[in-house]
Amino acid sequence: MTEQTLPHADRRKRQLPQINPVYFVLAALIVAIVVMNPAFAEPTGYMNFLKRAAPLAILAAGQLYVIVSGGFDLSVGSVITLVVVGSSILSNNDPNSTWWVIATMFAIGAGVGLINGLVVCYLKVPSLIATLGMMITLNGVAFMWSGGSPRGYLTDQFRFFGRVNISDLPLIRILPVALIVLIVLGFALYWLMHRTNLGRMIHAIGDNPRAANLAGVPVNRVRILAFIVSSLSAVAAGIMLGGFAGVSTDVGTGYELQAITAAVLGGAQLLGGRGSVPAAIAGALTLNAIFTLLNFLGLPQPIRQVVQGLILIAAVAVAMQRRKHTGR
Amino acid sequence: MKKILALALAAGLALTGAAFAQAPNFDDPAEFARQKALLTTTPMGPADMPWEQYLVDGMKDTASFKKEGPYTVCFSNAGVNNPWRVVGFTDLQQEVALHPEIGELVHVDAEGSDDKQIADIDDLLAGGKCSILIVSPNTTAALTPAVEKACAVLPVIVFDRGVNTDCPVTFVHPVGGYGFGIQGAEFIAANVKKGANVLMLRILPGVDVLETRYSGGKHVLEDAGLNIVGAEFTDGDNAKTKSIVEDYLQRGTIDAVWMDAGATAVAAVEAFQDGGYPIPVFVGEDQQDYLQTWQANGMTAIAPTYPTYQWRTAIIAAVKTLKGEAVPSPEWILPQPAITMDTLDKFVNPKMPPLHYAMCGCEAMANYPTAWGGQ
Repeated sequence: MTEQTLPHADRRKRQLPQINPVYFVLAALIVAIVVMNPAFAEPTGYMNFLKRAAPLAILAAGQLYVIVSGGFDLSVGSVITLVVVGSSILSNNDPNSTWWVIATMFAIGAGVGLINGLVVCYLKVPSLIATLGMMITLNGVAFMWSGGSPRGYLTDQFRFFGRVNISDLPLIRILPVALIVLIVLGFALYWLMHRTNLGRMIHAIGDNPRAANLAGVPVNRVRILAFIVSSLSAVAAGIMLGGFAGVSTDVGTGYELQAITAAVLGGAQLLGGRGSVPAAIAGALTLNAIFTLLNFLGLPQPIRQVVQGLILIAAVAVAMQRRKHTGR
Repeated sequence: MKKILALALAAGLALTGAAFAQAPNFDDPAEFARQKALLTTTPMGPADMPWEQYLVDGMKDTASFKKEGPYTVCFSNAGVNNPWRVVGFTDLQQEVALHPEIGELVHVDAEGSDDKQIADIDDLLAGGKCSILIVSPNTTAALTPAVEKACAVLPVIVFDRGVNTDCPVTFVHPVGGYGFGIQGAEFIAANVKKGANVLMLRILPGVDVLETRYSGGKHVLEDAGLNIVGAEFTDGDNAKTKSIVEDYLQRGTIDAVWMDAGATAVAAVEAFQDGGYPIPVFVGEDQQDYLQTWQANGMTAIAPTYPTYQWRTAIIAAVKTLKGEAVPSPEWILPQPAITMDTLDKFVNPKMPPLHYAMCGCEAMANYPTAWGGQ
């Protein structure tokens, strides 16, 4: 970090033309998909793609806050499950309940993030274990609440954010509400991370917490905020996933690792100090593009898993090339 | 990249080859024919109570097991880890409540683990309290020795998945996976034109009851001259199911959808609705959310079932055995009715939870619908 920031003037020249490799990987995958299936270039093709990728993209952008601050948040998948199961029970088929149910879910999410942060900062439990414990706990809570099977439906109003397409538009024909949510939240998270003091402090404590502390960064407070942002993004992702596909009791399973993978695809450094919100979102789109491409290839399932794993490793390897170029 | 891809393909092919070499036979023409015949067999036993009916005659004398009540019924359960088993276990508990001669139900939950279930059965036997043991095995081969051990001490009733031994009093189960696959596929064949495009959606590979559903369905579809555009695994995940169907819709028309289980059927239907396509011929299962979607949209559809009422039958078989009454044996094969467009209205109940399995035979029981999570 010090080496990178001090000689400001002459580094600038070299950094400007640098484009994060994840964008090339994403572009290559999109081209491959369009070659396989020209209909993907139609609005319904790419809009559906963006709609279903939106929850993971928001989740990855939120997860990035914790990763850049030097931690992991494994509890996000269970937060998604809790949001979907809890909302279906609380809303009780009443369309008027939508807003207070959503507000309640964000409150629960903020609480979860706060507890994660407090446990990590004051009980000194490593974030990997703290959030793993939270994940197991929340899955248990969701199971107790539902009894192992969904107990209700999500109202159409609740599902608006994840399901509805605004249709009959000029040029793009359809516009999923999920995409609007992604753009708004994505921009908010970008701004908070890359244009505010909070974002700089998150980078600083991820890079070197002791140095940050000596420089006057309130390390614990910033770290707790990062966990809260991550949990809130999980609530938003849960609302959109429930909207997209309806209630199930294992909807969030596996999303924590997908979110971390997406962030790493976007060039985030796993032990903190570095990462970009737009690149994490591109990483999430890349993950979804791999899945879509394999759908279109029509390979048998076992081969598909092998190919998926290999593409993933290759993609991360490409993403990591950037580190060499910047001398880290 | 090409080299890597080629290598990956070769490795993948080698792996699948190895898997197939060891796989048990999920495509048995004799069993296919037997189940196909059973689907149209007229059941014996009381009308309108399919959970007491049986398709194959052959009774076992249980006089030697006769005992005075009250009975302690012990139940080693593979798990209550999916909505089907949640409904089934409720059926079972409510059936127990109908029998004053049962003093106590001892339920041990193996939580989906073979090892735990084997230990559970040992513990139950060591406890010495059980009048009879009901086993719903987690997996067939692993539980066989434990069941054999129990048979030496106690009468044993097995239901749902089987074991590789004839020692239990009876093995309670509906017709089976091939039957499930056949019912749905025959409905599709009867309702689309020859050469129509059929998408098959499956949960995951390698599970015996699901593999037989698939091979049964596939045979019927192929024999009817239909074009199977794909057989995809959804992992039982709504979002993945919806994505897969959306992707297929981009590439061509789909005239029918066949599913090996219905928990994600509504998500599949929504992919058509949200994309502005007409809903094609559909095969789901007896989950309430699917039945309601079907009714609300006037779909051309069918719901084969794997009836949860077999959980009631297990208790009935146990009580009959302890009273010394004859029970169908070595297998108590229950009818496996499909919900059709004619019978749909009878099964729809919006007050029930989304994944309530409607073929529960429980509507007339005392605590319906609250015990099943209904309102």
